Amino acid sequence: MAYLEDTRRGSTKEPLHTDLKERLLLGWWLPTMTVVVILIVWEWLVRSGELSALFFPAPSMIVQAFVRLLTSGKLITEVRITLMRALLGLVLGGISGMVLGLLMGWSQKLRILVDPFIAAAHPIPKIAILPLILIIFGIGETSKVIVIAVAAFFPMLINTMAGVRNIHPIHFDVAKNYGASLRKTFSRVIVPGSLPLVLTGLRLAFNAVLLLTIAVELVVAQKGLGRMIWFAWETMRTEELYVGLIVTAALGIGFNFVLHSIAKRLIPWRRTQIE
Amino acid sequence: MLLMCRSLGKIYRTRNGVTTALKDVSLSVGEQEFVCIVGPSGCGKTTLLKLIAGLLEPTSGRIIFGAGEKNGRLRSAMVFQEHGLFPWMTVLGNVAFGLEMQGISQHECRDRAHDFIEKVGLGFFTHSYPHELSVGMCQRVGIARAFVADSQILLMDEPVGSLDTQTRLVLQEELLRIWVEHRKSIIYVTHDIEEAIWLGDQVLVMTGRPGQIREEIQIPLRRPRNPLNSNRQEISEIKWHIWKILEEEVRKSLCIPT
Repeated sequence: MAYLEDTRRGSTKEPLHTDLKERLLLGWWLPTMTVVVILIVWEWLVRSGELSALFFPAPSMIVQAFVRLLTSGKLITEVRITLMRALLGLVLGGISGMVLGLLMGWSQKLRILVDPFIAAAHPIPKIAILPLILIIFGIGETSKVIVIAVAAFFPMLINTMAGVRNIHPIHFDVAKNYGASLRKTFSRVIVPGSLPLVLTGLRLAFNAVLLLTIAVELVVAQKGLGRMIWFAWETMRTEELYVGLIVTAALGIGFNFVLHSIAKRLIPWRRTQIE
Repeated sequence: MLLMCRSLGKIYRTRNGVTTALKDVSLSVGEQEFVCIVGPSGCGKTTLLKLIAGLLEPTSGRIIFGAGEKNGRLRSAMVFQEHGLFPWMTVLGNVAFGLEMQGISQHECRDRAHDFIEKVGLGFFTHSYPHELSVGMCQRVGIARAFVADSQILLMDEPVGSLDTQTRLVLQEELLRIWVEHRKSIIYVTHDIEEAIWLGDQVLVMTGRPGQIREEIQIPLRRPRNPLNSNRQEISEIKWHIWKILEEEVRKSLCIPT
């Protein structure tokens, strides 16, 4: 009865007021203040010489490096290249993982047939297959995207399959009882029923993709954020290294934020599914 | 005659051997007849409904359909005890589901579903999702979905079994009201003797596993029925009679000597 509870809470103003105040304090002011205090202490420690600027450059130096990289256009180029690789891999691996996951969740025969291969291939750290892919496809964009796609494939496949298998058997009975065709069962039961876990799979796939993209770039790329981080190490420009890490983190957070709002729209019947 | 079951049997094969869920069940349901089935828990009532719905295949015996059959199958609509609604569809989507599957145009589906949602008094919740409704409301949506699909027979598997007594009484009355308006054949499974007597034209009493029909009892109460002014004497006699049978069955299934 969430509906009635909502209206009840709206009618009593006093608790809502204090509730809001408390939420603002805990959810916004307190975390912000913590970060600000830590940054100030950090800055002060570096300036007073307590902390080595080589290992922990002051926040102000990192900001300067960030502005320099941004205005020169270098940062945007690197981010664009990294994002292109990541998203291309996510789309290719994600879609194939989702399709196979839906089919394997649906058909027990296919599941029994394919499962051993999945079980064998899934535990391999995906970066370890990079040399093999390089031998087959050469050192080019294709190899990089393939490895990234493989990383996206497994979380998507496994979560989608679990999503289909988690659908309550009664829902299939209802569909059959009302004479739903295979196509209708697929579009009206299997797809929406597995959607919450598909979105969880997408989120995990992106995390894997980001990891793999940076890893691949560290090893073989000429451009991209991973390369930028590596180059910063080689030239001992620690503040640029920090810029690379922060931007990578921002990409991850940004994608999760986008996914969260997509999930809210796509699965209004389960608001709490994706946190 | 709408539907006839001839010595139906159902055997489940499990890891621990075979379980005979139903044995030699014969019954018949007439047009517009309200048949209630009572029996101890685990006696195969749900299995029987699923056989009639075509969700399971009988191991032996057969189901014969009278007039109005389509491709050797009766169009049936089942109301489940719980989890019957699709959580990803709104009330409207759920109620329209049966019509949609029959290939009826979207516009007509919506109109007819809307009518029935109003009829069960949930007009205000047309675009709500099941998790925003109470269990009693969800069951009304399930009942509306079954009626609106215009099936020849409605199969109800303890539709009010999980509700509290007061909600249950009100819902039973609602169900009777809708049924009087849209006469359909109903097979209604319950473990509540009073409910069976008060709803049904005919009550079938089942034995414990393997489920068999122990007795068929005609309920001579006139409709519209009202629990307050109907003949209490008559009801309590039938109730006592059914209880004596069920008590014996329950004792047997629990291995308690009589």
